[in-house]
Amino acid sequence: MNIIVVGCGKIGTTLVASLVSEGHDVIAIDNDPDVISEITNIYDVMAICGNGTDSVVLDEADIEKAEMFIAVTGSDELNLLSCFIAGKMGAAHTIARIRNPEYNEKSLGFVRQQLGLSMAINPEMLTAKELFNILKFPSAVKIETFSRRNIEMVEIRIKDGSPLDGMKLCDLRIKYKSTVLVCVVQRKDQIYIPDGNFVLKSGDKIGLTATPAEIQKFLKALGVLEKQARSIMILGGSRTAYYLSKMLSTIGNSVKIIEQDSQRCLELSDALPKAVVIHGDGAKQELLNEEGINSVDAFVALTGMDEENILISVFASMQNVPKVVSKINRDELAALAEKMGLDCIVSPRQITADIIVQYARALQNSMGSSVETLYKLMDGRVEALEFNVRSYTKFTGKPLKDLKFKSNVIIAGIVRKNKIIIPFGDDVILEGDRVVVIAKEQRLNDLSDIQ
Amino acid sequence: MNHKMVFNMLGRIIILEAALMVLPLVVSLCYGEKCTLAFALTILIALAVGFLMWGIFRTKNHVIYAKEGFVIVALSWIAMSAIGALPFVISGDIPSYTDAFFETVSGFTTTGASILNNVEALDRGILFWRSFTHWVGGMGVLVFIVALLPSISDRSIHILRAEMPGPIMGKLVPKIKDTAKILYLIYIVLTVIEIIMLLCGGMPLYDSVVHAFGTAGTGGFGIKQSSIAGYSPYLQWVIAIFMFLFAVNFNLYYLLLIKKFKTVVKSVELWVFIGISVISSVIITADIFPMFESVSDAFRAAVFQVGSLISTTGYTTADFNQWPELSKAILLLLMLIGGCAGSTAGGLKVSRIILIFKMVRRELRHLLHPRSVGVVKFEGKRVSDETLNSVGVYFLLYVLCFGAVFLLLCFEPFDFETNFSATLACFNNVGPGFGLVGPASSYADYSGFSKIILSFAMLMGRLEIFPLILAFSPSTWTRK
Repeated sequence: MNIIVVGCGKIGTTLVASLVSEGHDVIAIDNDPDVISEITNIYDVMAICGNGTDSVVLDEADIEKAEMFIAVTGSDELNLLSCFIAGKMGAAHTIARIRNPEYNEKSLGFVRQQLGLSMAINPEMLTAKELFNILKFPSAVKIETFSRRNIEMVEIRIKDGSPLDGMKLCDLRIKYKSTVLVCVVQRKDQIYIPDGNFVLKSGDKIGLTATPAEIQKFLKALGVLEKQARSIMILGGSRTAYYLSKMLSTIGNSVKIIEQDSQRCLELSDALPKAVVIHGDGAKQELLNEEGINSVDAFVALTGMDEENILISVFASMQNVPKVVSKINRDELAALAEKMGLDCIVSPRQITADIIVQYARALQNSMGSSVETLYKLMDGRVEALEFNVRSYTKFTGKPLKDLKFKSNVIIAGIVRKNKIIIPFGDDVILEGDRVVVIAKEQRLNDLSDIQ
Repeated sequence: MNHKMVFNMLGRIIILEAALMVLPLVVSLCYGEKCTLAFALTILIALAVGFLMWGIFRTKNHVIYAKEGFVIVALSWIAMSAIGALPFVISGDIPSYTDAFFETVSGFTTTGASILNNVEALDRGILFWRSFTHWVGGMGVLVFIVALLPSISDRSIHILRAEMPGPIMGKLVPKIKDTAKILYLIYIVLTVIEIIMLLCGGMPLYDSVVHAFGTAGTGGFGIKQSSIAGYSPYLQWVIAIFMFLFAVNFNLYYLLLIKKFKTVVKSVELWVFIGISVISSVIITADIFPMFESVSDAFRAAVFQVGSLISTTGYTTADFNQWPELSKAILLLLMLIGGCAGSTAGGLKVSRIILIFKMVRRELRHLLHPRSVGVVKFEGKRVSDETLNSVGVYFLLYVLCFGAVFLLLCFEPFDFETNFSATLACFNNVGPGFGLVGPASSYADYSGFSKIILSFAMLMGRLEIFPLILAFSPSTWTRK
């Protein structure tokens, strides 16, 4: 597909990287010549130096042939305007990043319709939602839902002394009498799609799929189920912090935000009457102690600096805060942070890129096949996809154990009407089912690709 | 430095060369010549060396940076020439390996400088290979690899940038692979059109193909001692026109294909190129008119020679060594200028000349108005100071290397004109020069040492100096 990306900042660059690795023809537009030369050196894209609202620049980028036009510059207005112009000039689908809360709350639907936007994307909002899910379910490192929340995929880390240490996967089911499926294991830098003989070790990060109730039961049996976080401390009063506090306070949690800028503090306390807004430098341990860091259920580091987030999160972990979540944008720093013991990391740019890649894949397959949902797991090296089973799928009705799958592909769940099946060898796939597939280092466009 | 990736690429290049050599093998088989064996043997050697390197140097780390790009390109070209020279030696047509290496480098770099004094005595298979190297070298082997092989690295652009001549390398389409494919497609289509037009003029098939290869790569190896002089005026016109066409930036042909005529018409480089060609042709016609019987003959000879030298091809229809000094001086300058960036031609490139003039003008204005701020624009876009700087440095380096090569040649017992024009003709990938290396004679009289020096001059000219210097500078290879 021909895709134009305007604005190559943090999110734009990640987006370009993801779209290129998906095999799309990407044209990047940015008005900084240094960014342009950098991006052409690293990725296989064409880059044009110019303003994304300039029709001459858009014409040079062959806008009329573009299937997708994505504007992710820092300015909402610029994004809206360039999407509007691009739409008028013939771009088939336009996506704008809009992050100002004033646009997002009431007027967004109207603006979207009037400007003909296919999608408005708000990275801060998406990040806040992801954080919200994590805080609701603090036992997991990461949590994704499939099939309208009927199947959950939870990533957990096996700690030292856990009963799972040294357990063979085929014994797991017998011992816990549960239908959870371990579908992916990350051990150091290696990722495995395990079979029944795989032995788990402490330090592994594993991905489990099951129904939400089963997962709760399983984690309870393991003794790692932690109660939902009730009091949360947020460092940095960014937009993400605003969205997150709003979501948390509506379900009755207590939220404390620490922000350095006094003006921003005033704005926040105006917009969030239920939250406690503290004006001060969150990098100071004295302040954190004074505000009771050792008595909160969860600590979320959301400052604009990755490095600051990592360091303060390490401090919070040392204070025995049960759940520490840090926002880290740069992949290389995320890997470092994991080595320092921070499991729970959210990356706004990756979340945004995933959503757009999913949209692109769905667009590409609009002629019949169907990726319903797509998540990237384990640092983007594994994909979890949800498919609809169509009439042309060849292997319907055959037991899974008789089918020959590609290596590194596993079927993690089947939804039939409202019944959830966590599949084993004797189960079959039928037409009309929805199937969750986990695949490592493969790009699946259709369910038939798994064979 | 990603050594493994560099040598792995080198292995691939050598395997590709073996594959390319199948074509001359088939030609020599058709004519039943003795050189068939030479090609078969060379292919075996190349396959052995290539697969060995490919097998030994395997790596999962496919990341390459600009320096790997430069080194890959420089080493590939040297390796290709070293192996491409084997058929000449094995078949016995050029017994000395140094001579054969010179001839092959001259082929791949599309120079067309020859050490052969009697071309017509050689096997047709060998002559075919000689001209085929022009065609392969014209657009570039690595461009071919990038177009053909599944994506090697996301950063293949560094390889292309190092191989494609010109100050700025722009992609035509987002994917580097598709860009390379489009360029080769345009190249192939233009070559086929030329072959057909030459066939229509009654040139035999073999001659047409060989001459089309020579024109397309802007090389200039002929198969007749008199180059193109023996062919009919129609054929001379066809070759002259195609020499001009192959010296134009190939991006413009793509723009024509996607119907962006306005951008093509607005191309400054194109108009300057046309301007230089027309003015030179007119002046030379007037200058040499007394030597010819009719105006049309003089005009045809002038246009042919202007096209041949500005495109750095080096075909001749007349011995321009005998022409008046004014014409010779103009031809010398044309050799220096060369074709447009992004074409198969050599030389400094018209776009660089334009940029240098613009920089000089900015500097002069700056002297007049010390506080003035000047922006250099080219093709409607602002040229970054980085690019301008690299154009300036390239020009300086060009002069320095040129001086060094010229100095080394002066150990030979030849006159100033011969040595100077030999350096110029090799450095700019033209082929024939003036004096003893003029169109009527060859480079055979130079010593082995000078031939090696000139071979490197040709490589420097084709690859635009930087890759070779980087490949041979120790700091590229050390871990520091």
